[in-house]
Amino acid sequence: MSSTPSEESRSHFVALSAGVALAALLVGFGAWLVQLSRGLVVTGLSRDVSWGLYVSQFTFLVGVAASAVMVVVPYYLHDFRAFGRLLVYGEALAVAAVVGAGLFVLVDLGQPSRVMNVLLHPSPRSPMFWDLLALGGYLVINAVLAGTALWTERYGLGTPWWLRPLVYLSIPWAVSIHTITAFIYAGLPGRPSWETAVLAPRFLASAFASGPALLLLLVLAERGGAWTDDAPPDATGAPEPGSRVLRALARIIAWALALNAFLFGVELFTAIYSHHPEHSQALRALYLDPEGGLRFWMWASQATCLVAFVALLFPATLGDHRLLAAAAALAFAGIWMEKGMGLIPGGFLPSPLALVRGYAPTLLEVLISLGVWGASALVLTGALWTIRKVRAEGSRF
Amino acid sequence: MTRSRRSFLADAGVLTLVGCFAPRLLGTDAPAEGRRRYALLVNLALCNQKPGCQECRIACHEAHNVPSIPDPAREVKWIWKEGFERIFPTEVNPLLPEAVRDFSGPVLCNHCDDPPCVRVCPTGATFVRPDGIVAMDQHRCIGCRYCMAACPYGARSFNFQDPRPFLEATEADYPTRTRGVVEKCDFCSERLGTGRQPACVEACPTQALVFGEVAELAKSISSQRVIRRRPELGTSPHVFYAL
Repeated sequence: MSSTPSEESRSHFVALSAGVALAALLVGFGAWLVQLSRGLVVTGLSRDVSWGLYVSQFTFLVGVAASAVMVVVPYYLHDFRAFGRLLVYGEALAVAAVVGAGLFVLVDLGQPSRVMNVLLHPSPRSPMFWDLLALGGYLVINAVLAGTALWTERYGLGTPWWLRPLVYLSIPWAVSIHTITAFIYAGLPGRPSWETAVLAPRFLASAFASGPALLLLLVLAERGGAWTDDAPPDATGAPEPGSRVLRALARIIAWALALNAFLFGVELFTAIYSHHPEHSQALRALYLDPEGGLRFWMWASQATCLVAFVALLFPATLGDHRLLAAAAALAFAGIWMEKGMGLIPGGFLPSPLALVRGYAPTLLEVLISLGVWGASALVLTGALWTIRKVRAEGSRF
Repeated sequence: MTRSRRSFLADAGVLTLVGCFAPRLLGTDAPAEGRRRYALLVNLALCNQKPGCQECRIACHEAHNVPSIPDPAREVKWIWKEGFERIFPTEVNPLLPEAVRDFSGPVLCNHCDDPPCVRVCPTGATFVRPDGIVAMDQHRCIGCRYCMAACPYGARSFNFQDPRPFLEATEADYPTRTRGVVEKCDFCSERLGTGRQPACVEACPTQALVFGEVAELAKSISSQRVIRRRPELGTSPHVFYAL
């Protein structure tokens, strides 16, 4: 196989990202050893805000994992063929995200060596128990789907009979992982900014923006706009900017962002117009109170998501890969600020004793989090490398 | 009728699963009828005869090896005093007597009938005893702090660090804890077993605290009005406050 210069530069890109991910993993692991020896006192957590960056990242990554369904549903249920070659990327992203989510739970524990107690003493009344089962199952399903797809592609085999049922199972399963993750928070009495029926829908909406945004960035980094020709032209024959894959992803992101903003508005109305003191005080502490330390993230998230949404509506953005990448990056960052930063520690405002205690992660906490992101990125890079290798060799079929 | 080994094993497996999970799914934490059900009554008027008094906290924390951690964000506390407006934020109104609004009183685990902390614990490390006491098994706790998020009273503390360096003296009759686990008031279950009253009740100089079976506490009420913290949440707290 002769490699073109652009392929060579892409392998350099893979090696570079694997190197960066590995470096982050090693630094994070070192930082985690410090946390293990000194306890969670090295974090910014307190008795009033007892979940912070780790649990936020867990929540965010579960969303990224669930969003693989946004590739599966159009392809398998609506026969959107353009997503055919994207499927395995979505599944690989899901696997990497679940690995990261699991590791974030682990680094958050005060006694990580006892984590198996969750299985030794199963507690079906705890949403956390169900969430761990759901995530474990989702990891297996997506690993099997991605592995099978690559295996059959590599050896030119037919699709096994059980693949389609497993794909259909993965669709509600994807919805379930993020729903149960939302139920961890939404089922708690006395945490008014979490205790809302709209939390799970909001989580899903924001997930369906952040995951596809990451996927879009991956596609651009991996293949550029090379998938334009993979799909037949549109039925109307009218010229449209960009490739069908990129356009479809961009629209999914845009409308998921819109849905997320709408659900947030519904939440705001209910809290503010009802004058229900607990509900509105919690939102005020999160969005207005300087003591809470989170208002910057919440407002920045709103602004970033709005800019991303508007940008994604313009055809000019869809036709220009740089603009498209910027819009996707904004969408990803905007959702991260909300779900990966604000909403989880924000749920503790105000405390049961009417205190607003600020939360900000410490440097060590950030390093550990970057380490887990590194581990997740390493899994993803490995998967991308495998996909590329299989497809480069499989091109003879 | 003959039965294949496979179908027998499958049925046995299903029954085992049902047997494992059904009691947990159907069971309630509320103690059965006719059982002992402990509760604590706080007579706020008596408590406030000695403003600034800390005897209950000191006695409890000494008896249970609760560390004195200076950083309020990482404090471990089982019982401590708060102002009326913090204990009962929704009870404050313009006609509330000034004296009542100025009350302070002890806050602690409410040993709820339906405790959210127990419901969410993923390992069963916190549980309700038949006598209504919400207890902790610190050896099983994985330190996920889900119970802290679930407790609507802020009654749970996490050991962010090794608590032992923060103990001035160690009470030999009670275990110390390790870092990374959650702890809280256990209604002195270790003392009840030997027929003693809880440490806070024994230490109170104004006899403001009365501990006993919930039905018997009625005799000790010093006022017309008895309230509980956040009854609207349906947890049925068992620390009662007489105004």
